[in-house]
Amino acid sequence: MAKYSLKINGKTQQVDVDPSTPILWVLRDHLNMPGTKFGCGMAQCGACTIHLDGNATRSCVLPVSAIGKSAITTIEGLSENGTHPVQKAWLEHDVAQCGYCQSGQIMSATALLKSNPKPTDEDIDNAMSGNICRCGTYLRIKEAIKTAANTSNAK
Amino acid sequence: MKTQSRRSFLKASALSGGGFMLGLYQDVFAGQKIKSSISNAIPVQFLESSNFNELNGFVKITADNVIKIMSPNPEGGQGVKTSMPMIVAEELDVDFTKIIIEQADLDTKHFTRQFIGGSQAIHQGYTALRMAGATARQMLREAAAQKWNVPVNEISTELGVLYHKNSGKLAKYGEMATTAAQIPVPRDVKLKEIKDFKIIGKSQRNVDLDKIVSGKPLFGIDTKVDGMLIAMIVHPPAMGLKFKAVQNESVVKKMKGIKDVFPIKIFNDDYEKTFFDTNQFNEVVAIVGSSTWEVMQAKKALKVSWDEQAAFSQNRNMNGRKMAEKIPTGLENSTDHTTKLAEGLLKPANIRRKDGDVENAFKNASKVIERTYNAPFLAHNCMEPMNFFAHVTDEKVSLSGPLQKPEFTEQALSTRLGIPLEKIDIKLTRLGGGFGRRSYAHWLIEAALISQKVKAPVKLIYTREDDMTAGIYRPSYSAKYRAALDANNNLIGFHVKVGGIPQTPLAPNRFPAGAVDNYLAEDFTIDTNITVGSYRAPHSNFMAAAEQSFLDEIAETAGKDPITFRLDLLKRAKDNPVGKNNDYDANRFIKVLELVKEKSNWESTKSLKKLGFSAYFCHDSYAAHVLDVEMKEGLPVVNKVFCAIDCGIVINPDAAKNMSEGGIVDAIGAAMYGKMAFSKGVPESNNFHNYRMIRHNEAPKAIEIHFVENTEKPTGMGEPAYPPVHAALANALYKATGKRLYSQPFSENL
Ligand code: FES
Ligand code: FES
Repeated sequence: MAKYSLKINGKTQQVDVDPSTPILWVLRDHLNMPGTKFGCGMAQCGACTIHLDGNATRSCVLPVSAIGKSAITTIEGLSENGTHPVQKAWLEHDVAQCGYCQSGQIMSATALLKSNPKPTDEDIDNAMSGNICRCGTYLRIKEAIKTAANTSNAK
Repeated sequence: MKTQSRRSFLKASALSGGGFMLGLYQDVFAGQKIKSSISNAIPVQFLESSNFNELNGFVKITADNVIKIMSPNPEGGQGVKTSMPMIVAEELDVDFTKIIIEQADLDTKHFTRQFIGGSQAIHQGYTALRMAGATARQMLREAAAQKWNVPVNEISTELGVLYHKNSGKLAKYGEMATTAAQIPVPRDVKLKEIKDFKIIGKSQRNVDLDKIVSGKPLFGIDTKVDGMLIAMIVHPPAMGLKFKAVQNESVVKKMKGIKDVFPIKIFNDDYEKTFFDTNQFNEVVAIVGSSTWEVMQAKKALKVSWDEQAAFSQNRNMNGRKMAEKIPTGLENSTDHTTKLAEGLLKPANIRRKDGDVENAFKNASKVIERTYNAPFLAHNCMEPMNFFAHVTDEKVSLSGPLQKPEFTEQALSTRLGIPLEKIDIKLTRLGGGFGRRSYAHWLIEAALISQKVKAPVKLIYTREDDMTAGIYRPSYSAKYRAALDANNNLIGFHVKVGGIPQTPLAPNRFPAGAVDNYLAEDFTIDTNITVGSYRAPHSNFMAAAEQSFLDEIAETAGKDPITFRLDLLKRAKDNPVGKNNDYDANRFIKVLELVKEKSNWESTKSLKKLGFSAYFCHDSYAAHVLDVEMKEGLPVVNKVFCAIDCGIVINPDAAKNMSEGGIVDAIGAAMYGKMAFSKGVPESNNFHNYRMIRHNEAPKAIEIHFVENTEKPTGMGEPAYPPVHAALANALYKATGKRLYSQPFSENL
């Protein structure tokens, strides 16, 4: 076990866990933040996507010992009350079916728009193809990303 | 204006819920009525302490006007948590955006068929849900009539407000709720005219969406209570093996955070299995610890020895009817499965339907076409891996998590634990996908047994590898189709012989039965120790793929347009049907074909674009697709999908569109990439690096969904869009590549 001080959603949190523990399980088991989902545990599905210093990262393969001073953002910290333009676009397009993959999708989408505010379809394809949705909501995800891109740019 | 007696309401209530896995056990249930456990009058007390006045199982209103509608069926992405309450709210006459919607626990006193399965929730529940809303509204009106001392028929309602025009009196529902709850259930209530619907047919947003986009706990895997331990299981690595012994128990028990390691037995030896009790791995090893990561490490370190599972046979109790099952011993290979299916196609099979003189038709044919279609086992791969929470004490069994058939699982658990049903509570969480997989809830029993042993609340989680390799797959199938054409290219004979491992997919009375004078449908099954279960549109997902690919090839051979060819057959089935037991309504089928033909601009674009067509009827609904596909750099690109569906009245149109889009994307994925192969009993895929799922960049560029507008009672929505996709894709790919596809997954054959 080892103690870590983690910057998560703007707050500093202490955990005492094995250094190999992936951030996914630190969040879910130790910090009561279940918004980040477990899907595969091997960086194949994107359900566990978080932001590490603003970049989309698969938390299931990221050991807590590797975080250092980097800032973590999870779906819970994306906005107060679901008001991030991407979340609002998700509501507008009623994107989800079962919803399980969606926090990972939203985290990938927000990271994309941050680095590329006006993504083309191809940019979206590239950025989002690491996130599996068994329910098949990909078209709505794409539309929602475009809506978010427009509303963000309009601001 | 419709009226229904109270008796018929109660009967209707008995039907509310998810319907009865028609796809899976369609033969067993043909013509049978399922015994329902609801027989009492409208309930007085609900299982919670609050100041809600309960008007019936679905509708609860506080004196200060909080209106709550219970949603009985598990929600797994099919949208019932929104659409079922919409139906109640329609007749109750409330503002849908100003009410609370709550997922009901498993509650056999108030609801039956709290299932997901067979796309039946809305179809079966429609009238009961309307009656629930209408009855509650009527009770509120009567309460107001009593209080205001006016005739009840002078009281109208609007959006949760009661109104008496002559006196100008107004009251919110809440003000009358306490009185209303005491009023006897009315004998007759009027249901709305369809033209007066204000909520049904108007898109409402998924009621859980705010929580989904903000990461709030919603799913079973998110469950957490004080003192909860994490459990995982280790199951045999191959189908056909069973547990023998744990070899390094003491080492693993000493690992950090690990509390216990022990084998558990899911069913007792003398247990008589019913519908959803699985045949797989009856004994698994449980590892319990304080955190997921620690348990995962212990799981990797655990050494277990395995034995060969002997062959066994059993009689499954299917609601009183016995179904014999033989489970062979041995470690099976996919290559052997292929051989056995091919052999089966050469042998005589069970004749399930025969019209006319098929032999003669083939003898007199000018042209005979014969084609064979194959499909592999498939893994469900719900994005939320299997999991369940259990806390078992001597007094009470509390369970919570995602599952599709809670009532069945509860009974199995009660038998296993020897604890009566009254002491078992099952809370239904949102399912991170179901697709049939969560009907087979061996993991619920595992969780309960583990909790009982360690005397603590436990959350059992499957890793993705466990989820993918623990069994319950879509069966593997093979079908041989033959068609006889006369000199004028008329279809005079049709013959299908189909086999499944271990279930038959045949629905012998579906199209083109009824449209061909000489028709023969045969099937066979092959025993296996690979466990299977219903998978989105069970069996139809294969039959549609094979049959609709074949019809395309017949049309081509006959020199006919593929849609016109089918329309001609359907017209025959409509005007002068062959046989009496045809499952489908040819007229409704025709309209769906015509709609997709019109919307896709079929006539004017078919020579310009690579279009593939397919249509299928299942779950009481009709669906037809046109796919526009091209090959780019050797890979298929689906530029556009046009889809027409007749599922009767559409309750929540945008959600129904979402569901259909999803079904199309999911089916393209399964057709292109889906495959679970076995080598010496070992599933060859165990995670998403070697089980390919369709991804964002492979989804169609655009999908248009069109619903046939009619006033038919709503029918299945979660599944019907799925089955016709495979063949529409194969038929379009044929146009794009010149190559017919006979075996799934297509990506291996392109
Ligand atoms: S859980 Fe991390 S990518 Fe799948
Ligand atoms: S919405 Fe169900 S997996 Fe994406």
